[in-house]
Amino acid sequence: MDFNKIKSILSVKTVGIAGCGGLGSNCAVALARVGIGKLILCDFDAIEPGNLNRQYFFYNQLGMKKATALKENIQNINPEVIAEDHIVKLDPEIIMKLFAGCDVIVEAFDRADMKKMILETVLCQMPDKPIVSGVGIAGWGNSNDIRMIQSGNLYVCGDGHSEATENNPPLAPRVCMAANMQANTVLEILLGKNY
Amino acid sequence: MNITLNNNKEVIDADHLTVAELLKIKNFTFKLLIIKINGKVVSQMDYAHTSISEGDDVIVLHLISGG
Repeated sequence: MDFNKIKSILSVKTVGIAGCGGLGSNCAVALARVGIGKLILCDFDAIEPGNLNRQYFFYNQLGMKKATALKENIQNINPEVIAEDHIVKLDPEIIMKLFAGCDVIVEAFDRADMKKMILETVLCQMPDKPIVSGVGIAGWGNSNDIRMIQSGNLYVCGDGHSEATENNPPLAPRVCMAANMQANTVLEILLGKNY
Repeated sequence: MNITLNNNKEVIDADHLTVAELLKIKNFTFKLLIIKINGKVVSQMDYAHTSISEGDDVIVLHLISGG
């Protein structure tokens, strides 16, 4: 499949990004570069200096809302992508409303309890919707531990066990590996397997 | 019995097995879990009386922070 064909398939697809931090910002940028039609970017938070070690933002964007800054960055990379910024704390009701028209949902939250909330919501209330989650991305090294496992419409990228703590922080290389693995999984869902 | 656990083949030394027993055998003591058997989500209140059978495809996803 050549790139024009790939773009023509992706240009009519919509992907929901739940959380615009390390996983969400990097995953959304990768999807924007390959020409996804529409990205629904959801985050309530603002950019802090500590986010710049892994999140796709710039020094002059400190203080901006992440969803809005990410929309700006995506438009600077590929103006053909429609990016919607939603400054919102997601809950089951809002998830079902905002992501109803998505072809795929990317779970890109920081907190484990929020990951559980969105996975339960999508798996139980929207069972036909593929969801690509990121779990276990902290630290450095151990590149080959980052993998994707699938069960039906649930896809999980990461090593499954490296929790972010004060002494094992999330850092750009490993977070971006998992985020780009999420984006790559979205492509596999939308384009089919590449044998 | 033979099951697939998180995409790996595993032999569990038991003839009858519930989700709660599997968690105990595998020493999964985490609080935030998503469990699926053959693609179907098992809710937390059903762990004690949901059986796992020979050949089942079981996903135990331990949710941890970081993103």
